[in-house]
Amino acid sequence: MSTMVLPTAADPAVSVLAAGLAQVPQMDYRAVLPVLVVLGAACVGVLFEAFLPRPRRWLWQVALTVAALLAAGVALYAYLGDAPAQGVKTFAGTLSIDRPALFLWGTLLVLGLGAVLLIADRSVEPGGYFVAQAAIRPGTQQDRAQAAGANMHTEVFPLALFALGGMMVFCAANDLLTMFVALEVLSLPLYLLCGLARRRRLLSQESAVKYFLLGAFASAFFLYGLALLYGYAGSVKLADIAAAAGGTNRSDTLLFAGLGLLAVGLLFKGSVGPFHTWTPDVYQGAPTPVTAFMAACTKVAAFGGLLRVLTVAFKATSWEWRGVLWAVAIISMVIGAVLGLTQRDVKRMIAYSSVAHAGFLLIGAIALTEQGLSGTMFYLLAYGFTTLAAFAVVGLVRTGEGEATHLSQWAGLAKRSPLLAGVFTFLLLSLAGIPLTSGFVGKFVVFSAALADGMAPLVVIALVMSAVAAFFYLRVIVLMYFSEPAADGPTVTVPGVFTAAAITLGVLVTLLLGVWPAFALDWAGSGGFAL
Amino acid sequence: MNGMTTSAGAGAGLLLLVLLLPLAGSLAVTFLRSNDRVAKLTALGVSLVEFVLTLALCVGYRPTGARLQMVSSADWIATVGVHLSFGVDGIALVMIAVIGLLVPVVIGAGWAEKLPAGRSAGGFLALILVQESLMVGVFAATDVFLFYVLFEIMLIPMYFLIGGYGGARRQYAAVKFFLYSFLGGLLMLASAIGAYAYAAAQTGHGTFDWATLAQITRNAPPSLQVWLFLGFFAAFAIKAPLVPLHTWLPDATAEAPIGVGVILVGVLDKVGTFGFLRYCLPMFPAASRELAPLLLVLAVAGVLYGSVLATGQRDMKRFIAYVSIAHFGFIALGIFAFSSQAQVGAVSYMVNHSVATGMLLLVLGMVIARGGSTVIDDYGGMAKLTPLLAGMLLLAGLSTLSLPGTNSFVSEFLVLLGSFPREPVFTVLATIGMVLAAMYVLWLYQRVMQGPARGDALVGLAGGPGAAVDPDSETGTRSARRMVGDLSRREIAVLAPLVLLVIGLGFFPKPLLDVITPSVGATMTEAGFSDPVTSQGGK
Repeated sequence: MSTMVLPTAADPAVSVLAAGLAQVPQMDYRAVLPVLVVLGAACVGVLFEAFLPRPRRWLWQVALTVAALLAAGVALYAYLGDAPAQGVKTFAGTLSIDRPALFLWGTLLVLGLGAVLLIADRSVEPGGYFVAQAAIRPGTQQDRAQAAGANMHTEVFPLALFALGGMMVFCAANDLLTMFVALEVLSLPLYLLCGLARRRRLLSQESAVKYFLLGAFASAFFLYGLALLYGYAGSVKLADIAAAAGGTNRSDTLLFAGLGLLAVGLLFKGSVGPFHTWTPDVYQGAPTPVTAFMAACTKVAAFGGLLRVLTVAFKATSWEWRGVLWAVAIISMVIGAVLGLTQRDVKRMIAYSSVAHAGFLLIGAIALTEQGLSGTMFYLLAYGFTTLAAFAVVGLVRTGEGEATHLSQWAGLAKRSPLLAGVFTFLLLSLAGIPLTSGFVGKFVVFSAALADGMAPLVVIALVMSAVAAFFYLRVIVLMYFSEPAADGPTVTVPGVFTAAAITLGVLVTLLLGVWPAFALDWAGSGGFAL
Repeated sequence: MNGMTTSAGAGAGLLLLVLLLPLAGSLAVTFLRSNDRVAKLTALGVSLVEFVLTLALCVGYRPTGARLQMVSSADWIATVGVHLSFGVDGIALVMIAVIGLLVPVVIGAGWAEKLPAGRSAGGFLALILVQESLMVGVFAATDVFLFYVLFEIMLIPMYFLIGGYGGARRQYAAVKFFLYSFLGGLLMLASAIGAYAYAAAQTGHGTFDWATLAQITRNAPPSLQVWLFLGFFAAFAIKAPLVPLHTWLPDATAEAPIGVGVILVGVLDKVGTFGFLRYCLPMFPAASRELAPLLLVLAVAGVLYGSVLATGQRDMKRFIAYVSIAHFGFIALGIFAFSSQAQVGAVSYMVNHSVATGMLLLVLGMVIARGGSTVIDDYGGMAKLTPLLAGMLLLAGLSTLSLPGTNSFVSEFLVLLGSFPREPVFTVLATIGMVLAAMYVLWLYQRVMQGPARGDALVGLAGGPGAAVDPDSETGTRSARRMVGDLSRREIAVLAPLVLLVIGLGFFPKPLLDVITPSVGATMTEAGFSDPVTSQGGK
């Protein structure tokens, strides 16, 4: 089972079927073209796996994937110019392509391109980050033989495209059923991708199983919530739920139980504490490019979906549930910042940092104002690039056995490689939210939105937690600059073109959004969800 | 950058030049760092040119002119009303002049200093110059957001200066310094956003422009003002360490190289007291008045606590840190006594503390360079070997204890004189600090310079490890003298401008006070014009 093709509403196959039926729903192909391109390219990628000889697959897959992402980007850009400001609903109202959806699509495509560049790299780890044949049992004779070879599973490219397509649909889904299907389309490839690491395969497979089991639970929660909400509103459309909640004497228990279960599923994907327990293990075990992909893109998709659900379906009842999400945001920030202090592994540390950032994002998401929406989306964009580049840098510090992720191995790295240490310091400062980095502007816009919406106590807690989190970022900087390097320390691999491009992209965007954020802020604030 | 609006007043170009020159200089030094000597000469040259430019800035400033002068402004993030705007008032101007003076002095003083293995002088000096640019920027920023940005960015070069070039516990000291200041800065950010949100609610569009924002917030209801005030106050009370928030300063000063310590206590900490005057008072006058008793308690506690702990220090650099904490108490007392006289005293104290304590730390640095130890008990009787150095230590010490005729006396006297009518109790308590100052300074001088030549550092140098040298014998002193030379010409050149200022400002403080007084008057007026009660309950 190398690929998982679920028919989504955006899938060409479904539309062909639909064309034969009597009632043809309105299809705005131009608006959804970016998604169609990505999912179509994923299908072609699967065919490549079937028909191309193994030695030629890597080149063809990389070319196809990059071309698809660029083409989707061009399609998005071309559509942006004459997209109606209030958005369009298409595919029988299951997809809502409005300004936030377009912004998130753009974000996902660029972040996805960065992640694909990392996935494609074969110079840092000879043969690539991925195992040649995942079916071979780790530790056997065959496994050692394949570890020496320079092959990799090229199925990772279509898998990544399917995941990305799912994420794009997830951000634009206008009813809960489409959202659930998109959730599965984005999740299943990710479970697989996590288990394909070339090195430390047991850890990688463990992370895949863990992610799959917990992810399946979260999906079940989501589905259960969906069922309750359907029972409440008699419809899975977000707008219908909002209308039903507006003025009826139906049971509130159904509504809030449904929302609660739905939220658990969404918060799980966004690795918001206390639903974060998978995050450190999976981030640590998964191949680093996949970790980068998950940290950057999954977060965008999850919060994109959460923003839409909360704003479109539950805005009217926000007084009832807001307190709970306050608590969740606080828990997430505290868990991320405090447990981050105790980590000894760079990837786990960034994982806990991502939990803390999820808490900050949630603050913006529950503001439910225009400012909150644009601030959260800007934060997603900023955080995605920073964390993508950070994981790319982590992948470069290696010993003979693979990546050197233990913090003690990073001592004195600035002496060995001043450039890498400088870049990583800059990224850590952005994660800490120091001015002139995108991380600061993100925090600034989110916190101003929250303050304007009367959440001052939450903002103060967030600021204190930012300072706590700054401590563990600083500790890495201290280690790199002020400690003596160990004699048998890791070496810093000179990145190949792909990784270098991804890091440069991440660092430049982090700097650009920090120094001159106006254009991205304007774009993020150009319009709200189509109600 | 379409839609960008820029404006510039007279002298703005000069101010921007002062702001950017060290940054350009640091780039040059970075590229020249392979050759230590060239890098040092370049850095010294840049800092001297910068000094001349700051003098030109002082000449161009009209004390009786506009509130903010040499202003320039450009849009930065138009969406949220953030501008790149700079300008100076008298208070900022004198602090910029102090920066211009201290940086070349520090570079000269550290000329022969040995850096930790693997570190180049070029890297060190480049960081010093970046620090200089950012410090000028902090004092010159007239946009609250910009001020915050520079306030936080300023931590980064200092963090690397302490952590990369400091003593044995430098990692701990650097992280502690950074976290304290960062947390304070974040609280200030919350308050700044709060003020912005309030302005947006009042006028329809928020702004971070200091003058506009201050006009709006000074009429905010007192309950809101108190919260906003506390955020700013936390940042500044950490920066200019007031007593419960001071613990980072002794560690940072003790671990930092001497020159960095001078910049730290001489300039960086003044951002805190400057912030009280520029942000806390004019923006939140009602809150300032309401919380004044608490602030005065902190100030006087700082004076007494710093003085007592300075007396008990065994380490010279920690001694300086506690002396500074005591002096910052005096400055805070002057600021929160709300009289022009006391505030003029406080601002001139900001300058004079930089000069006097900066000089004291530099002289102690020269002592440490000779004895190889920072522990006071390792010294004794140095005056016999190095009479000139002893004289300099005495002069710096006397200025630190505010002997009449030295610069600090004028400031301390003004603070006490101005505070007494309004706060007699606090003022009387603070005068105890003056007595303690005489004690700790003279005792330090006595232990290091007077008496027979003794102590590990010097005796060890004179006769090899562990050798007991009869200090009174002719040969002992002579061989020690060979090892422990008096001030070199470079050191004399470094100290000369400070000596001039200590005595010059002691006898003729008028030029300094003339620049400060109108700006202090304006600050008082802004705070006094407030009408804290009427808008209560308004929307």
